[in-house]
Amino acid sequence: MNIKDIKSYFPVLNQEVNGHPLVYLDSAATSQKPIQVIEALKKYYEFDNSNVHRGVHTLGNRATDSYEGAREKVRKFINARSTKEIIFTRGTTTALNTVAAGYGRQTLQEGDEIVITYMEHHSNIIPWQQLAKEKGAVLKYVDLQQDGTLSLDAVRAAITNKTKIVSIMYVSNVLGTINPIKDIAKIAHDNGAIMVVDAAQAAPHVKVDVQDLDCDFLAFSGHKMCAPTGIGVLYGKEALLDKMEPIEFGGEMIDFVGLQESTWKELPWKFEGGTPIIAGAIGLGAAIDFLNEIGLDNIAAHEHKLAAYAMDELEKIEGLQIFGPRDPMQRCGLVTFNLDDVHPHDVATVLDMNGIAVRAGHHCAQPLMKWLQVTATARASFYMYNDEADIDRLVAGLRSAKEYFSDVF
Amino acid sequence: MSFNNLDQLYRSVIMEHYKNPRNKGILEENNVTIDMNNPTCGDRIHLTLKLTDGIVEDAKFDGEGCSISMSSASMMTQIVKGKKLEEALELADIFSKMMLGEEYDLDKYDLGDVEALQGVSQFPARIKCATLAWKAMEKGVKSEAQ
Repeated sequence: MNIKDIKSYFPVLNQEVNGHPLVYLDSAATSQKPIQVIEALKKYYEFDNSNVHRGVHTLGNRATDSYEGAREKVRKFINARSTKEIIFTRGTTTALNTVAAGYGRQTLQEGDEIVITYMEHHSNIIPWQQLAKEKGAVLKYVDLQQDGTLSLDAVRAAITNKTKIVSIMYVSNVLGTINPIKDIAKIAHDNGAIMVVDAAQAAPHVKVDVQDLDCDFLAFSGHKMCAPTGIGVLYGKEALLDKMEPIEFGGEMIDFVGLQESTWKELPWKFEGGTPIIAGAIGLGAAIDFLNEIGLDNIAAHEHKLAAYAMDELEKIEGLQIFGPRDPMQRCGLVTFNLDDVHPHDVATVLDMNGIAVRAGHHCAQPLMKWLQVTATARASFYMYNDEADIDRLVAGLRSAKEYFSDVF
Repeated sequence: MSFNNLDQLYRSVIMEHYKNPRNKGILEENNVTIDMNNPTCGDRIHLTLKLTDGIVEDAKFDGEGCSISMSSASMMTQIVKGKKLEEALELADIFSKMMLGEEYDLDKYDLGDVEALQGVSQFPARIKCATLAWKAMEKGVKSEAQ
Protein backbone atom coordinates (compact mmCIF):
# COMPACT_ATOMS: atom_id res chain seq x y z
CA MET A 1 0.00 0.00 0.00
CA ASN A 2 1.61 3.22 -1.17
CA ILE A 3 0.48 6.01 1.14
CA LYS A 4 1.78 8.78 -1.12
CA ASP A 5 -0.49 7.58 -3.92
CA ILE A 6 -3.43 7.16 -1.57
CA LYS A 7 -2.97 10.66 -0.13
CA SER A 8 -3.06 12.09 -3.64
CA TYR A 9 -6.61 10.73 -4.08
CA PHE A 10 -7.87 13.00 -1.29
CA PRO A 11 -7.87 16.60 -2.55
CA VAL A 12 -8.80 18.08 0.85
CA LEU A 13 -5.55 16.88 2.40
CA ASN A 14 -3.54 19.03 0.03
CA GLN A 15 -3.83 22.33 1.87
CA GLU A 16 -2.29 24.45 4.58
CA VAL A 17 -4.16 25.17 7.81
CA ASN A 18 -2.95 28.04 9.98
CA GLY A 19 0.27 28.15 7.99
CA HIS A 20 1.07 24.43 8.25
CA PRO A 21 0.35 21.48 5.93
CA LEU A 22 -2.86 19.87 7.15
CA VAL A 23 -2.59 16.71 9.23
CA TYR A 24 -6.10 15.28 9.49
CA LEU A 25 -6.46 13.01 12.52
CA ASP A 26 -10.23 13.10 12.97
CA SER A 27 -11.42 10.34 10.65
CA ALA A 28 -13.41 8.64 13.40
CA ALA A 29 -15.65 11.73 13.34
CA THR A 30 -15.82 11.72 9.57
CA SER A 31 -13.41 10.47 6.93
CA GLN A 32 -12.19 12.51 3.99
CA LYS A 33 -13.52 11.74 0.53
CA PRO A 34 -11.41 10.44 -2.37
CA ILE A 35 -11.66 11.94 -5.83
CA GLN A 36 -13.35 8.71 -7.03
CA VAL A 37 -16.33 9.39 -4.75
CA ILE A 38 -16.47 13.10 -5.56
CA GLU A 39 -16.41 12.25 -9.29
CA ALA A 40 -19.22 9.69 -8.88
CA LEU A 41 -21.43 12.36 -7.29
CA LYS A 42 -20.50 14.84 -10.00
CA LYS A 43 -21.24 12.34 -12.74
CA TYR A 44 -24.61 11.49 -11.24
CA TYR A 45 -25.67 15.13 -10.94
CA GLU A 46 -24.25 16.12 -14.33
CA PHE A 47 -25.60 13.20 -16.39
CA ASP A 48 -28.04 10.92 -14.59
CA ASN A 49 -29.94 12.98 -12.02
CA SER A 50 -33.50 11.72 -11.87
CA ASN A 51 -35.89 10.15 -9.41
CA VAL A 52 -35.78 6.39 -8.98
CA HIS A 53 -38.33 3.57 -9.34
CA ARG A 54 -40.87 5.59 -11.27
CA GLY A 55 -39.52 7.08 -14.47
CA VAL A 56 -40.17 5.47 -17.77
CA HIS A 57 -37.48 7.71 -19.18
CA THR A 58 -33.82 6.90 -19.69
CA LEU A 59 -32.42 9.07 -16.92
CA GLY A 60 -34.85 7.53 -14.45
CA ASN A 61 -33.63 4.08 -15.46
CA ARG A 62 -30.01 5.09 -15.13
CA ALA A 63 -30.58 6.58 -11.69
CA THR A 64 -32.49 3.46 -10.58
CA ASP A 65 -29.77 1.15 -11.91
CA SER A 66 -27.06 3.11 -10.10
CA TYR A 67 -29.05 3.32 -6.87
CA GLU A 68 -29.91 -0.38 -6.83
CA GLY A 69 -26.39 -1.18 -8.03
CA ALA A 70 -25.08 0.54 -4.91
CA ARG A 71 -27.36 -1.66 -2.80
CA GLU A 72 -25.78 -4.77 -4.37
CA LYS A 73 -22.31 -3.36 -3.61
CA VAL A 74 -23.31 -2.91 0.03
CA ARG A 75 -24.75 -6.44 0.15
CA LYS A 76 -21.47 -7.87 -1.05
CA PHE A 77 -19.44 -5.59 1.21
CA ILE A 78 -21.06 -7.00 4.37
CA ASN A 79 -21.85 -10.45 2.88
CA ALA A 80 -25.61 -10.25 3.33
CA ARG A 81 -27.67 -13.02 1.72
CA SER A 82 -29.91 -10.71 -0.26
CA THR A 83 -30.36 -7.06 -1.21
CA LYS A 84 -33.76 -7.33 0.52
CA GLU A 85 -31.76 -7.09 3.72
CA ILE A 86 -30.08 -3.78 2.83
CA ILE A 87 -31.99 -0.62 3.74
CA PHE A 88 -30.55 2.77 2.97
CA THR A 89 -30.90 5.24 5.84
CA ARG A 90 -29.53 8.65 6.75
CA GLY A 91 -26.82 7.08 8.89
CA THR A 92 -26.17 4.83 11.87
CA THR A 93 -28.39 6.91 14.16
CA THR A 94 -31.41 6.58 11.87
CA ALA A 95 -30.73 2.89 11.37
CA LEU A 96 -30.61 2.16 15.12
CA ASN A 97 -33.69 4.30 15.71
CA THR A 98 -35.49 2.30 13.04
CA VAL A 99 -34.74 -0.94 14.88
CA ALA A 100 -35.83 0.52 18.23
CA ALA A 101 -39.00 2.13 16.86
CA GLY A 102 -39.82 -0.77 14.56
CA TYR A 103 -38.72 -4.11 15.97
CA GLY A 104 -38.43 -2.85 19.54
CA ARG A 105 -41.80 -1.17 19.80
CA GLN A 106 -43.54 -4.11 18.14
CA THR A 107 -42.03 -6.88 20.25
CA LEU A 108 -41.03 -5.57 23.69
CA GLN A 109 -43.19 -6.18 26.76
CA GLU A 110 -43.04 -4.66 30.21
CA GLY A 111 -40.18 -6.12 32.24
CA ASP A 112 -38.19 -7.23 29.18
CA GLU A 113 -34.51 -6.31 29.13
CA ILE A 114 -32.30 -4.49 26.68
CA VAL A 115 -28.57 -5.00 27.18
CA ILE A 116 -25.94 -2.49 26.05
CA THR A 117 -22.47 -1.58 27.42
CA TYR A 118 -20.80 1.37 29.11
CA MET A 119 -18.77 2.11 25.99
CA GLU A 120 -21.70 2.82 23.67
CA HIS A 121 -22.06 5.94 21.55
CA HIS A 122 -25.13 8.04 22.39
CA SER A 123 -26.77 6.78 19.18
CA ASN A 124 -26.76 3.28 20.64
CA ILE A 125 -28.00 4.41 24.06
CA ILE A 126 -30.79 6.92 23.67
CA PRO A 127 -33.05 4.99 21.23
CA TRP A 128 -33.03 2.13 23.79
CA GLN A 129 -33.56 4.49 26.73
CA GLN A 130 -36.61 5.93 25.01
CA LEU A 131 -37.91 2.48 24.11
CA ALA A 132 -37.37 1.19 27.66
CA LYS A 133 -39.26 4.17 29.11
CA GLU A 134 -42.12 3.69 26.69
CA LYS A 135 -42.44 -0.05 27.27
CA GLY A 136 -41.50 -0.28 30.93
CA ALA A 137 -38.50 -2.35 29.89
CA VAL A 138 -35.15 -2.45 31.72
CA LEU A 139 -32.00 -1.02 30.14
CA LYS A 140 -28.91 -2.85 31.45
CA TYR A 141 -25.25 -1.92 30.99
CA VAL A 142 -22.43 -4.45 30.75
CA ASP A 143 -19.46 -3.26 32.79
CA LEU A 144 -16.01 -2.99 31.19
CA GLN A 145 -12.70 -4.45 32.29
CA GLN A 146 -9.94 -2.22 33.59
CA ASP A 147 -8.35 -1.83 30.13
CA GLY A 148 -11.64 -0.90 28.49
CA THR A 149 -12.33 -4.30 26.90
CA LEU A 150 -15.48 -6.39 27.29
CA SER A 151 -15.28 -9.77 28.98
CA LEU A 152 -17.63 -12.47 27.75
CA ASP A 153 -18.25 -13.44 31.37
CA ALA A 154 -19.62 -9.96 32.05
CA VAL A 155 -21.78 -10.24 28.92
CA ARG A 156 -23.04 -13.67 30.06
CA ALA A 157 -23.84 -12.26 33.48
CA ALA A 158 -25.89 -9.41 32.04
CA ILE A 159 -27.94 -11.36 29.49
CA THR A 160 -30.84 -13.36 30.94
CA ASN A 161 -33.90 -15.07 29.54
CA LYS A 162 -35.72 -11.76 29.99
CA THR A 163 -33.30 -10.09 27.56
CA LYS A 164 -34.91 -9.45 24.22
CA ILE A 165 -32.39 -7.09 22.60
CA VAL A 166 -28.61 -6.93 22.89
CA SER A 167 -27.10 -3.91 21.14
CA ILE A 168 -23.35 -3.40 21.18
CA MET A 169 -20.82 -1.45 19.17
CA TYR A 170 -18.39 -3.45 17.03
CA VAL A 171 -15.52 -0.99 17.49
CA SER A 172 -15.38 1.71 20.18
CA ASN A 173 -15.05 5.27 18.95
CA VAL A 174 -13.19 6.21 22.14
CA LEU A 175 -11.22 3.17 23.26
CA GLY A 176 -10.65 1.73 19.80
CA THR A 177 -11.55 -1.69 21.21
CA ILE A 178 -12.76 -4.34 18.77
CA ASN A 179 -15.55 -6.25 20.51
CA PRO A 180 -16.13 -10.04 20.11
CA ILE A 181 -19.50 -9.58 18.40
CA LYS A 182 -19.70 -13.14 17.07
CA ASP A 183 -19.38 -14.60 20.58
CA ILE A 184 -21.80 -12.05 22.03
CA ALA A 185 -24.37 -12.82 19.31
CA LYS A 186 -24.19 -16.50 20.29
CA ILE A 187 -24.84 -15.66 23.94
CA ALA A 188 -27.75 -13.41 22.92
CA HIS A 189 -29.29 -16.11 20.74
CA ASP A 190 -28.84 -18.80 23.40
CA ASN A 191 -31.01 -16.62 25.63
CA GLY A 192 -33.61 -15.89 22.98
CA ALA A 193 -32.52 -12.29 22.35
CA ILE A 194 -31.65 -10.62 19.07
CA MET A 195 -28.23 -9.10 18.39
CA VAL A 196 -27.99 -5.53 17.10
CA VAL A 197 -24.58 -4.21 16.05
CA ASP A 198 -23.49 -0.59 15.82
CA ALA A 199 -20.81 -0.95 13.16
CA ALA A 200 -20.21 2.79 12.56
CA GLN A 201 -16.53 2.54 13.52
CA ALA A 202 -16.08 -1.00 12.20
CA ALA A 203 -17.28 -0.80 8.60
CA PRO A 204 -14.53 1.65 7.54
CA HIS A 205 -11.74 -0.44 9.04
CA VAL A 206 -12.47 -4.15 9.41
CA LYS A 207 -14.13 -6.74 7.20
CA VAL A 208 -17.75 -6.96 8.34
CA ASP A 209 -19.47 -10.28 7.57
CA VAL A 210 -23.05 -10.33 8.82
CA GLN A 211 -23.48 -14.06 8.16
CA ASP A 212 -20.33 -14.96 10.05
CA LEU A 213 -21.29 -12.66 12.95
CA ASP A 214 -24.82 -14.04 12.79
CA CYS A 215 -26.15 -10.66 13.94
CA ASP A 216 -29.81 -9.80 13.44
CA PHE A 217 -29.42 -6.10 12.70
CA LEU A 218 -26.30 -4.09 11.86
CA ALA A 219 -26.00 -0.35 11.27
CA PHE A 220 -23.29 1.83 9.77
CA SER A 221 -22.72 5.25 8.20
CA GLY A 222 -21.23 6.05 4.83
CA HIS A 223 -19.44 9.23 5.82
CA LYS A 224 -16.91 7.46 8.04
CA MET A 225 -15.88 5.21 5.14
CA CYS A 226 -15.13 7.73 2.38
CA ALA A 227 -18.77 8.20 1.27
CA PRO A 228 -20.79 11.43 1.59
CA THR A 229 -22.68 12.43 4.74
CA GLY A 230 -26.39 11.63 4.88
CA ILE A 231 -26.20 8.00 3.74
CA GLY A 232 -26.07 4.94 5.95
CA VAL A 233 -27.19 1.35 6.02
CA LEU A 234 -29.45 -0.81 8.13
CA TYR A 235 -28.89 -4.52 7.58
CA GLY A 236 -31.55 -6.82 8.98
CA LYS A 237 -32.24 -10.52 8.61
CA GLU A 238 -34.99 -10.94 6.05
CA ALA A 239 -37.29 -12.89 8.38
CA LEU A 240 -37.18 -10.07 10.95
CA LEU A 241 -37.57 -7.27 8.44
CA ASP A 242 -40.51 -9.09 6.89
CA LYS A 243 -42.40 -9.03 10.17
CA MET A 244 -41.35 -5.48 11.04
CA GLU A 245 -43.71 -2.62 10.23
CA PRO A 246 -42.29 0.48 8.54
CA ILE A 247 -41.85 3.54 10.75
CA GLU A 248 -41.97 6.13 7.96
CA PHE A 249 -44.92 6.33 5.65
CA GLY A 250 -45.48 8.15 2.37
CA GLY A 251 -44.38 7.93 -1.22
CA GLU A 252 -42.02 5.26 -2.55
CA MET A 253 -42.80 2.75 0.19
CA ILE A 254 -46.36 1.89 -0.80
CA ASP A 255 -47.90 -0.84 -2.91
CA PHE A 256 -51.56 0.14 -2.94
CA VAL A 257 -53.13 3.23 -1.36
CA GLY A 258 -56.81 3.30 -0.46
CA LEU A 259 -58.78 5.94 1.40
CA GLN A 260 -58.50 4.21 4.78
CA GLU A 261 -55.97 1.45 4.25
CA SER A 262 -52.74 1.01 2.35
CA THR A 263 -50.26 -1.77 1.74
CA TRP A 264 -46.50 -1.69 1.54
CA LYS A 265 -43.95 -2.49 -1.08
CA GLU A 266 -41.79 -5.54 -0.57
CA LEU A 267 -38.39 -5.48 1.09
CA PRO A 268 -36.28 -3.41 1.23
CA TRP A 269 -38.38 -0.57 -0.19
CA LYS A 270 -41.10 -0.63 2.44
CA PHE A 271 -38.53 0.96 4.76
CA GLU A 272 -37.50 3.69 2.33
CA GLY A 273 -40.36 6.20 2.42
CA GLY A 274 -39.96 9.34 0.32
CA THR A 275 -37.44 10.05 -2.41
CA PRO A 276 -34.38 8.16 -1.22
CA ILE A 277 -30.83 9.42 -0.78
CA ILE A 278 -29.95 8.60 -4.37
CA ALA A 279 -26.67 10.48 -4.80
CA GLY A 280 -25.57 9.44 -1.33
CA ALA A 281 -26.13 5.77 -2.10
CA ILE A 282 -24.25 6.08 -5.38
CA GLY A 283 -21.43 7.82 -3.49
CA LEU A 284 -21.40 4.97 -0.98
CA GLY A 285 -21.16 2.48 -3.84
CA ALA A 286 -18.15 4.36 -5.20
CA ALA A 287 -16.59 4.43 -1.72
CA ILE A 288 -17.01 0.65 -1.42
CA ASP A 289 -15.30 0.19 -4.81
CA PHE A 290 -12.47 2.39 -3.57
CA LEU A 291 -12.10 0.49 -0.27
CA ASN A 292 -12.16 -2.84 -2.11
CA GLU A 293 -9.48 -1.66 -4.48
CA ILE A 294 -7.17 -0.82 -1.59
CA GLY A 295 -8.34 -3.83 0.41
CA LEU A 296 -9.80 -3.71 3.90
CA ASP A 297 -7.12 -6.12 5.12
CA ASN A 298 -4.45 -3.68 3.96
CA ILE A 299 -6.28 -0.80 5.62
CA ALA A 300 -6.60 -2.71 8.91
CA ALA A 301 -2.93 -3.75 8.86
CA HIS A 302 -1.85 -0.18 8.12
CA GLU A 303 -3.96 1.13 11.00
CA HIS A 304 -2.66 -1.44 13.48
CA LYS A 305 0.85 -0.36 12.52
CA LEU A 306 -0.01 3.32 12.95
CA ALA A 307 -1.76 2.70 16.29
CA ALA A 308 1.29 0.79 17.55
CA TYR A 309 3.64 3.55 16.42
CA ALA A 310 1.39 6.28 17.84
CA MET A 311 1.13 4.61 21.25
CA ASP A 312 4.91 4.06 21.41
CA GLU A 313 5.60 7.69 20.54
CA LEU A 314 2.82 9.21 22.65
CA GLU A 315 3.92 7.26 25.71
CA LYS A 316 7.28 8.99 25.54
CA ILE A 317 5.54 12.26 26.39
CA GLU A 318 5.65 12.68 30.13
CA GLY A 319 2.21 13.05 31.71
CA LEU A 320 0.31 11.67 28.73
CA GLN A 321 -2.34 9.08 29.57
CA ILE A 322 -3.71 6.70 26.93
CA PHE A 323 -7.19 5.17 27.34
CA GLY A 324 -8.12 1.69 26.13
CA PRO A 325 -6.14 -1.48 25.48
CA ARG A 326 -2.39 -1.14 25.04
CA ASP A 327 -2.18 -4.02 22.54
CA PRO A 328 -2.53 -2.41 19.08
CA MET A 329 -4.00 -5.64 17.67
CA GLN A 330 -6.95 -5.25 20.05
CA ARG A 331 -7.84 -1.86 18.67
CA CYS A 332 -8.54 0.08 15.53
CA GLY A 333 -6.57 3.07 14.35
CA LEU A 334 -7.39 5.61 17.01
CA VAL A 335 -5.79 6.75 20.23
CA THR A 336 -7.66 8.65 22.93
CA PHE A 337 -5.52 10.43 25.49
CA ASN A 338 -5.15 13.26 27.96
CA LEU A 339 -2.13 15.42 28.61
CA ASP A 340 -1.96 16.18 32.32
CA ASP A 341 -2.79 19.73 33.40
CA VAL A 342 -3.74 20.72 29.87
CA HIS A 343 -7.45 20.48 29.11
CA PRO A 344 -8.23 18.57 25.87
CA HIS A 345 -9.84 21.68 24.32
CA ASP A 346 -6.68 23.61 24.92
CA VAL A 347 -4.66 20.72 23.48
CA ALA A 348 -6.88 20.70 20.38
CA THR A 349 -6.53 24.46 19.90
CA VAL A 350 -2.74 24.33 20.11
CA LEU A 351 -2.71 21.43 17.64
CA ASP A 352 -5.06 23.29 15.30
CA MET A 353 -2.72 26.27 15.32
CA ASN A 354 -0.12 23.78 14.08
CA GLY A 355 -2.37 22.50 11.31
CA ILE A 356 -3.31 19.27 13.12
CA ALA A 357 -6.99 18.32 13.40
CA VAL A 358 -8.00 16.16 16.38
CA ARG A 359 -11.22 15.74 18.31
CA ALA A 360 -11.63 17.00 21.87
CA GLY A 361 -14.65 16.45 24.07
CA HIS A 362 -16.80 13.57 25.25
CA HIS A 363 -17.07 11.90 21.81
CA CYS A 364 -20.82 11.37 22.20
CA ALA A 365 -20.12 8.84 24.94
CA GLN A 366 -20.97 10.53 28.24
CA PRO A 367 -21.56 7.28 30.19
CA LEU A 368 -18.11 6.07 29.08
CA MET A 369 -16.49 9.39 30.12
CA LYS A 370 -18.07 8.89 33.53
CA TRP A 371 -16.75 5.33 33.64
CA LEU A 372 -13.27 6.62 32.75
CA GLN A 373 -13.72 9.37 35.38
CA VAL A 374 -12.87 12.15 32.98
CA THR A 375 -15.02 14.95 31.60
CA ALA A 376 -13.35 15.08 28.24
CA THR A 377 -10.48 13.58 26.29
CA ALA A 378 -8.54 14.25 23.10
CA ARG A 379 -8.62 11.73 20.29
CA ALA A 380 -6.41 11.22 17.25
CA SER A 381 -7.94 8.84 14.71
CA PHE A 382 -6.22 7.49 11.62
CA TYR A 383 -7.24 6.23 8.24
CA MET A 384 -5.52 4.85 5.18
CA TYR A 385 -4.23 8.30 4.18
CA ASN A 386 -2.30 8.89 7.41
CA ASP A 387 1.32 7.94 7.89
CA GLU A 388 4.03 7.96 10.53
CA ALA A 389 5.01 11.50 9.57
CA ASP A 390 1.51 12.63 10.61
CA ILE A 391 2.03 11.01 14.00
CA ASP A 392 5.43 12.69 14.33
CA ARG A 393 3.68 16.01 13.73
CA LEU A 394 1.08 15.13 16.38
CA VAL A 395 3.76 14.26 18.91
CA ALA A 396 5.67 17.48 18.16
CA GLY A 397 2.42 19.42 18.50
CA LEU A 398 1.67 17.83 21.85
CA ARG A 399 5.17 18.57 23.09
CA SER A 400 4.70 22.20 22.10
CA ALA A 401 1.32 22.30 23.89
CA LYS A 402 2.96 20.98 27.01
CA GLU A 403 5.77 23.47 26.71
CA TYR A 404 3.38 26.35 26.05
CA PHE A 405 1.18 25.62 29.02
CA SER A 406 4.08 24.99 31.36
CA ASP A 407 5.43 28.43 30.37
CA VAL A 408 2.23 30.23 31.20
CA PHE A 409 1.89 28.50 34.54
CA MET B 1 6.75 26.54 16.11
CA SER B 2 5.32 29.99 16.53
CA PHE B 3 3.13 30.77 19.50
CA ASN B 4 2.13 34.25 18.31
CA ASN B 5 -1.40 33.23 17.39
CA LEU B 6 -1.85 31.29 20.58
CA ASP B 7 -0.79 34.27 22.65
CA GLN B 8 -3.81 36.16 21.34
CA LEU B 9 -6.01 33.52 22.90
CA TYR B 10 -4.13 32.53 26.01
CA ARG B 11 -3.25 35.95 27.41
CA SER B 12 -1.31 35.75 30.65
CA VAL B 13 -4.17 37.24 32.65
CA ILE B 14 -6.42 34.40 31.40
CA MET B 15 -3.94 31.77 32.45
CA GLU B 16 -3.53 33.51 35.79
CA HIS B 17 -7.30 33.25 36.41
CA TYR B 18 -7.24 29.60 35.30
CA LYS B 19 -4.49 28.83 37.76
CA ASN B 20 -5.92 30.94 40.60
CA PRO B 21 -9.68 31.14 40.01
CA ARG B 22 -11.56 33.79 41.96
CA ASN B 23 -14.82 32.90 43.69
CA LYS B 24 -14.41 29.18 43.07
CA GLY B 25 -16.68 26.98 45.12
CA ILE B 26 -20.26 26.88 46.28
CA LEU B 27 -21.98 29.80 47.95
CA GLU B 28 -23.90 28.34 50.88
CA GLU B 29 -26.02 31.46 51.37
CA ASN B 30 -27.39 31.55 47.83
CA ASN B 31 -30.85 32.17 46.49
CA VAL B 32 -30.16 31.32 42.85
CA THR B 33 -28.49 28.15 41.58
CA ILE B 34 -27.79 27.52 37.91
CA ASP B 35 -26.33 24.41 36.31
CA MET B 36 -25.30 24.66 32.73
CA ASN B 37 -23.18 22.56 30.46
CA ASN B 38 -21.82 22.66 27.00
CA PRO B 39 -23.14 19.43 25.50
CA THR B 40 -20.67 19.40 22.64
CA CYS B 41 -17.62 19.27 24.85
CA GLY B 42 -18.62 18.38 28.39
CA ASP B 43 -17.76 21.69 30.07
CA ARG B 44 -19.91 22.13 33.15
CA ILE B 45 -20.63 25.05 35.47
CA HIS B 46 -22.49 25.22 38.76
CA LEU B 47 -23.15 28.86 39.57
CA THR B 48 -24.51 30.07 42.91
CA LEU B 49 -25.65 33.66 43.32
CA LYS B 50 -26.82 35.73 46.24
CA LEU B 51 -29.10 38.42 44.88
CA THR B 52 -30.34 40.97 47.41
CA ASP B 53 -32.32 44.18 46.82
CA GLY B 54 -31.64 44.17 43.11
CA ILE B 55 -27.91 43.69 43.57
CA VAL B 56 -25.59 40.74 42.95
CA GLU B 57 -24.25 40.58 46.46
CA ASP B 58 -22.13 37.48 45.99
CA ALA B 59 -21.32 34.88 43.34
CA LYS B 60 -19.38 31.63 43.22
CA PHE B 61 -18.82 29.04 40.53
CA ASP B 62 -17.86 25.42 40.51
CA GLY B 63 -17.34 23.15 37.55
CA GLU B 64 -15.01 21.58 35.08
CA GLY B 65 -13.70 22.81 31.79
CA CYS B 66 -10.88 24.19 29.73
CA SER B 67 -8.75 27.21 30.56
CA ILE B 68 -11.02 29.55 28.63
CA SER B 69 -14.29 28.46 30.24
CA MET B 70 -12.91 28.40 33.77
CA SER B 71 -11.03 31.70 33.56
CA SER B 72 -14.06 33.33 31.98
CA ALA B 73 -16.20 32.11 34.90
CA SER B 74 -13.67 33.48 37.35
CA MET B 75 -13.66 36.88 35.66
CA MET B 76 -17.42 36.96 35.35
CA THR B 77 -17.98 36.40 39.09
CA GLN B 78 -15.36 39.02 39.82
CA ILE B 79 -16.97 41.72 37.70
CA VAL B 80 -20.66 41.14 38.55
CA LYS B 81 -20.21 41.21 42.30
CA GLY B 82 -21.78 44.40 43.67
CA LYS B 83 -23.45 45.23 40.36
CA LYS B 84 -27.16 45.95 39.99
CA LEU B 85 -29.11 43.18 38.28
CA GLU B 86 -29.67 45.27 35.16
CA GLU B 87 -25.99 46.08 35.05
CA ALA B 88 -25.12 42.40 35.29
CA LEU B 89 -27.44 41.67 32.37
CA GLU B 90 -25.92 44.53 30.41
CA LEU B 91 -22.47 43.09 31.05
CA ALA B 92 -23.64 39.73 29.75
CA ASP B 93 -24.83 41.46 26.61
CA ILE B 94 -21.55 43.35 26.20
CA PHE B 95 -19.65 40.10 26.64
CA SER B 96 -21.76 38.37 24.03
CA LYS B 97 -21.11 41.25 21.60
CA MET B 98 -17.41 41.08 22.34
CA MET B 99 -17.36 37.37 21.48
CA LEU B 100 -19.26 37.92 18.25
CA GLY B 101 -16.90 40.72 17.27
CA GLU B 102 -19.74 43.25 17.36
CA GLU B 103 -19.41 46.81 18.61
CA TYR B 104 -20.27 47.64 22.20
CA ASP B 105 -20.14 50.63 24.52
CA LEU B 106 -16.48 50.78 25.52
CA ASP B 107 -16.84 53.47 28.14
CA LYS B 108 -19.80 52.38 30.19
CA TYR B 109 -17.97 49.79 32.29
CA ASP B 110 -14.40 49.15 33.26
CA LEU B 111 -14.14 45.59 32.00
CA GLY B 112 -10.79 45.04 33.64
CA ASP B 113 -9.50 41.48 33.24
CA VAL B 114 -12.48 40.55 31.05
CA GLU B 115 -10.94 42.50 28.18
CA ALA B 116 -8.27 39.83 27.93
CA LEU B 117 -10.92 37.45 26.59
CA GLN B 118 -11.38 39.60 23.48
CA GLY B 119 -8.98 37.35 21.55
CA VAL B 120 -11.37 34.40 21.90
CA SER B 121 -13.54 35.97 19.19
CA GLN B 122 -10.79 35.00 16.72
CA PHE B 123 -11.25 31.32 17.67
CA PRO B 124 -14.83 30.43 16.71
CA ALA B 125 -14.57 26.93 18.18
CA ARG B 126 -13.82 28.38 21.60
CA ILE B 127 -16.49 31.08 21.87
CA LYS B 128 -18.92 28.67 23.55
CA CYS B 129 -16.28 27.91 26.18
CA ALA B 130 -16.01 31.59 27.06
CA THR B 131 -19.72 32.35 27.11
CA LEU B 132 -20.87 29.41 29.28
CA ALA B 133 -20.52 31.17 32.65
CA TRP B 134 -22.05 34.37 31.31
CA LYS B 135 -25.08 32.53 29.96
CA ALA B 136 -25.51 30.87 33.35
CA MET B 137 -25.32 34.23 35.11
CA GLU B 138 -27.76 35.79 32.65
CA LYS B 139 -30.23 32.96 33.22
CA GLY B 140 -29.92 33.23 36.99
CA VAL B 141 -30.31 37.00 37.13
CA LYS B 142 -33.24 36.96 34.70
CA SER B 143 -35.03 34.32 36.79
CA GLU B 144 -34.77 36.64 39.78
CA ALA B 145 -35.55 39.87 37.92
CA GLN B 146 -38.88 38.49 36.69
